[in-house]
Amino acid sequence: MSDIPADLKYTKSHEWVQVLDDNVVLVGITDHAQELLGDMVYVELPAEGDSLGMGDECVVVESVKAASDMYSPATADVIAVNEVLADQPELINKDPYGEGWILRLKVSAPDELDGLLSADDYAELIASEAD
Amino acid sequence: MGKKTSLYHKHLESGAKIVDFGGYDMPLHYGSQIEEHHQVRNDAGMFDVSHMVVVDLRGKAVRDFLRHLLANNVDRLQQSGKALYSCMLNSDGGIVDDLIVYFMDETWFRLVVNAATRDKDLAWIEKQVADFDVAIEVRDDLAMIAVQGPQARIKTHALLDGLKQKKADELAPFYAVECDGFFIARTGYTGEDGYEIMLPADQAELFWQGLLEQGVKPVGLGARDTLRLEAGMNLYGTDMDESVSPLESGLGWTVGWEPSDRHFIGRDALQVQRESSECQKFVGLILDGKGMLRNHQKVVVDGALVGEVTSGSFSPTLGKAIAFARVDAHVKTQCDIEVRGRHLSATVVKLPFVRNGKSCL
Repeated sequence: MSDIPADLKYTKSHEWVQVLDDNVVLVGITDHAQELLGDMVYVELPAEGDSLGMGDECVVVESVKAASDMYSPATADVIAVNEVLADQPELINKDPYGEGWILRLKVSAPDELDGLLSADDYAELIASEAD
Repeated sequence: MGKKTSLYHKHLESGAKIVDFGGYDMPLHYGSQIEEHHQVRNDAGMFDVSHMVVVDLRGKAVRDFLRHLLANNVDRLQQSGKALYSCMLNSDGGIVDDLIVYFMDETWFRLVVNAATRDKDLAWIEKQVADFDVAIEVRDDLAMIAVQGPQARIKTHALLDGLKQKKADELAPFYAVECDGFFIARTGYTGEDGYEIMLPADQAELFWQGLLEQGVKPVGLGARDTLRLEAGMNLYGTDMDESVSPLESGLGWTVGWEPSDRHFIGRDALQVQRESSECQKFVGLILDGKGMLRNHQKVVVDGALVGEVTSGSFSPTLGKAIAFARVDAHVKTQCDIEVRGRHLSATVVKLPFVRNGKSCL
C-alpha cells in the first residue's frame, strides 16, 4: 500500500505538493508513482528561474524501465531544484516525500492550488486506476 | 490473462510484479531491478525461463537438416553436449530467430528458441524439414531455470544428487549433459558463469524452492535485460529481426562461411551484403555525461543521421547509460544521440561492456 501523507496536496498526474507558505510550494512525485516507475537512474531538472505554466512538463524522471514527465501543479517560477538528485536519483525511490523532493516553486496564482486533490481524493484516484 | 509457467505461484510468493512477455505472465522484478542485477553480478540469481521453447530434433538426418537450417555450422559440434549459438535466417538473410543448438548424439539435437517467436519459428522449421527425415518434438513438458552468477554453480551443486552433481561439476563452458531427466547446460544470458537447467515441469517448484534455500534469489525480466545488455548479448525483436542480417546485428561471428559448399538458408543474400560497403555495423555506446539511452533514439554525426539505438538502458555495474546501436560503417569513436531534441555526446566502444562481473572498458 502506497504512503499518502494527509498533510500534502496531490495532482492527478501523481505529483505531491507541500504548501510552505501562501505562494511557495515544494513538489515531488508520489510514493505510488515511484513504485510504478521502479529504480530511478536519472532526473532532468529545469533551471532555477524558469517560468512554468500550470500543467507544463518541467522535469523528466527516468527509471530503468521508462522516462516519465512531471508536470507543474501551478503557474510558477522555479526557485530551487534538488541538485542532489543528479548524483542520487534513487532518493526519489527511498524517500519520495523527504530527501527525494524535486522542485521548490514560487506560485504566481495561489488560487490554482485550490483545485489540487486531498490525500483522500488521491487515494481514491489510485484505487480507481488499479481497477 | 496470459499463459503461466509452472513457477508462476512461486513468483507471486516472492512478491513479483507480473507483466506480459511473449504471451506469458512473467516476473518483471521482485522489488528492485537494480538489486537483482547486482545479485547476479556478485553472488547468484535465478530466472524462470520456462517460457522459452525447447525443441528436440531426432533422426539420422538431423545434422544435415541443421547444416541447411542454421547460419552457423553445426559441424563444429562433434562432442556430445556441445552447444552452438546461431541465427536461423530467411532466404533474404533476415533473422527469423536466434537460438542455441545442443548436440547430444547423431540422432538428437536440441534447440532452444525464443518465446515471442514460438509459432513463427515452429512453422518455419516444419516447412524447411519437409525434405529431411527428422522428427520434431516441442518439449512443453519441461520447465527451464537459469542460475547465473559467480556463486551459481556451487549453490546449484548443493541441490543435485551425487551423479548429477559430478556431471555438472565436470561440465566445460558451453556444454550440456543429461542425467535422470535433468538437462544441465553451462550456458546463459548474463555474461556470468552458471547453468540453464531444463527439468520436468512438475519438479520445477521443488527445485526453485531448494535454490531459494541455498540463497539464490529470484531475478526478473528487467534485470535480465540490463545484464544481457552489459554482456553484449542481442535481444531478438529489439536488436535484430527479419529485416536485418547477422552482419548488421553484430553477429557476423556466428555465420559459418566455411566450407563454401554448405548452402544454408540465406547464404546467397548474406554473401552479397558481405561484399557491399553499404552494410551498417553494430556497436556499443556509452553516454559521456548524465542521462539515459533508449531504444529508437537517433545517432547523429556532424548533424547527419547515421543510425539508431536498438537497445538502451542504464548499466548498474558501470553506473552509466549504455546502448547498442546500428550505425553506418564510417562511424568511428564518437557520436551524438538525440534525446528529447538535444544532442548528447557518446563514445563508441567494442562489446561487451561487462564480462564476469568486471568492466571491459
